[in-house]
Amino acid sequence: MLADKDRIFTNLYGFQDFGLEAARKRGCWDGTKAILERGPDVIVDQMKKSGLRGRGGAGFPTGLKWSFMPKEVKDRPHYLVVNADESEPGTCKDRDIMRHDPHHLIEGCLIASFAMRAHVCYIYVRGEFIREREALQAAVDQAYEAKLIGKNNIHGWDFDLYVHHGAGAYICGEETALLEILEGKKGQPRLKPPFPANVGLYGCPSTVNNVESIAVAPTILRRGPEWFAGIGRPNNVGTKVYCISGHVNKPCNVEEEMGIPLRELIERHAGGVRGGWDNLLAVIPGGASVPVIPKSICDTVLMDFDALRDVQSGLGTAAVIVMDKSTDIVKAIARLSYFYKHESCGQCTPCREGTGWMWRVMTRLQKGDAAVAEIDLLQEVTKEVEGHTICALGDAAAWPIQGLIRHFRPELERRIAARKQQAMAAE
Amino acid sequence: MSVRRLYHDQPASFAFPPEDEAFIANEIAKYPPGRQASAVIALLWKGQERNGWVTKPMIEHVAQRLGMPYIRVLEVATFYTMFNLEPVGEHLVQVCTTTPCWLRGSDDVVAACKKHIAPTQHTVSTDGKFSWMEVECLGACVNAPMLQIGKDFYEDLDGPTTEKLLDAFRRGQRPKPGPQNGRRSSEPIGGATTLKEFG
Repeated sequence: MLADKDRIFTNLYGFQDFGLEAARKRGCWDGTKAILERGPDVIVDQMKKSGLRGRGGAGFPTGLKWSFMPKEVKDRPHYLVVNADESEPGTCKDRDIMRHDPHHLIEGCLIASFAMRAHVCYIYVRGEFIREREALQAAVDQAYEAKLIGKNNIHGWDFDLYVHHGAGAYICGEETALLEILEGKKGQPRLKPPFPANVGLYGCPSTVNNVESIAVAPTILRRGPEWFAGIGRPNNVGTKVYCISGHVNKPCNVEEEMGIPLRELIERHAGGVRGGWDNLLAVIPGGASVPVIPKSICDTVLMDFDALRDVQSGLGTAAVIVMDKSTDIVKAIARLSYFYKHESCGQCTPCREGTGWMWRVMTRLQKGDAAVAEIDLLQEVTKEVEGHTICALGDAAAWPIQGLIRHFRPELERRIAARKQQAMAAE
Repeated sequence: MSVRRLYHDQPASFAFPPEDEAFIANEIAKYPPGRQASAVIALLWKGQERNGWVTKPMIEHVAQRLGMPYIRVLEVATFYTMFNLEPVGEHLVQVCTTTPCWLRGSDDVVAACKKHIAPTQHTVSTDGKFSWMEVECLGACVNAPMLQIGKDFYEDLDGPTTEKLLDAFRRGQRPKPGPQNGRRSSEPIGGATTLKEFG
C-alpha cells in the first residue's frame, strides 16, 4: 500500500480548506520558481523520465506529448488546454482535485505552460460541475492576488489562466472537440492530422492534458522523477486516483500506487464487494468504455495499463465499476449503449447510426427477444464501427459490447432460449 | 445523438439586465481579440440563469452581441444538452441514471421524482415548483445514486431520502448539498482508509 507521505492529493476528501494558505501548508507552490529556473527542456526531460502516462484514459506519455510542441514561439502563440470534462461514467476524480486540491492543478498549469512556452492556459470544466468551477475559480483568483500567476508574477513568466465551461456533452472530453467548444462551436471532433501541437486552439500550437496529469506534475518535479518512477511497475508507474463505484460496501475515491491488485484495491479501501468477494460477477475496470472482465480475471489482475491491456480490457480513467451477482449484466451494458447513443455527436455515420442500432439490439438481447445469429451480427457491427470514425467514441461504444459477448455469451444465449421456450409454452 | 428543437411558444424579446454587462465583458475578455465567439456558452448560460430556459430571441440577441451568425448560436444551443429549450420548473431536478448510478438504485430515485413531481419527465409539476429529467453521468459515481438541483449535487440517495429532499425544497428550504448519508465527500463511509496523518 502507498504510504501517506507518497500521496500527492493530501486533501482529496476536502477535510481541510482548499484555499491558498492551506494548500501552501500541504506543500503547494513550494520552490516553483526554482523548478522554472531549470528551463523548459529540463522540465520536459524530467517529465519524460518520471514515466507519467496521461491520466485521461489513453495513457500517452505526458512528457513526450509536451515535447511535441514547437521549440520556439514564432508568429502564433502557444496554448495549454486542460481537459476537465470528466464525463466518463464511473469517473469522478478530477472533481475532487478541482474542489478540494485546486492549487496542485493551478501550479501544474503554470509549470506545464512554461515548459511548452505558453503564456495562456484554458481549463475546460464540464457544465454540470458548477460548484467545482466556483472553487477552482476562487483558487485561481487567490493565485492571481498572491502574484503567483498573472502578468509580472513572482515566477517571472507572464501567465494567464482562464476557467471556461461547457454545457453538457460527453464528446467535449475528446481533445479536438474540446478545442472546437473553446472556439465557440458545437463540439464535433476534428480530423487528425493536423495534430493540436501544430494546429490546435485558434489554429495555434496547443496541448490538451487531463486534470490529473497536470496536477501531479509539480509534485513530480519537486520530489524528482525517480521518486515517481519508483512507484508501481516499469512502464506503469506513479500514483493514481481510483474511483470505486457500484456494488461495494464503501464506494470511494482513493489515491493508490499503479499496479495495485484489483482485489486488494476493492477490499482495502472500498470495504469489499457487497456480500463478499465470491458474490462478485464482473468489473468494468476503467470507466464505461473499457470491456468488462469477469470475476475469474478480477481475482488476480493488477490495476495498470499493461496488465489490463493483456486481459483485453484497459485502465482507462481507473474508474472501477463493480457488479455483484444480483446484476442484470446485459441491462448494465445496454444502459451504456444508450449512453453512447445519446452522446454521439452525429458527425460520422458509423457512430451516429451504429450506436442507435447497437442499443436497439442490446435492448432486445436483454429480454432474449433475438436470434442467436444476431449475437454474431452484433459482434460484427461493433467491428464495423470500431476504428471507422473520426474520434474514439465509436470505439468506446463498441468495446463494452465486445466485452459482454466475449465473457457472457452463454448468458445471452440462455435468455434467447428461455424466451423461445416461454413463447412455445404459450402456444 | 438527441434531436432537440426550439419550443413552439416563444416570447417576443430578450435582453440581459444591466447588471450582467460586467460579467459579459469579463467573459469576452478571456479570449483573444476577434475570438469573442468563445464566450457563446457563457452568455447562453447566463441567459438561461435569467430566464430558466433558452429562447429564440435570446439566441438572436447573443448572436448579435458576439457578431456570430444566428445559425452558429442555434447550433450550440441545440447541441449542448444543459440548455433547456423548453420551460422548466423553478427547481430543475436532474437524475443520473447511467450504469454506476443505476447499479446503486437510481430507479428508486426516479420513482420518487415520478411520485412527487410528475409521472413523466420534462413536465412541470402542478404547483410549478419542479420538473425532472433523466440525465447521463454527472460525474459523482462514488456517491451514487445522485441528482442535481440547480447548482448543487445531492448524493448517496435512496427512495425515501429523495422524497424527503423534494419535500424540503417544496417547503422552500435548501437542504445541505452533498452526501445525504452522513459522509463528508468521496471518502469511504465510516472513515477514510488513507491520509490519516493529514486528518
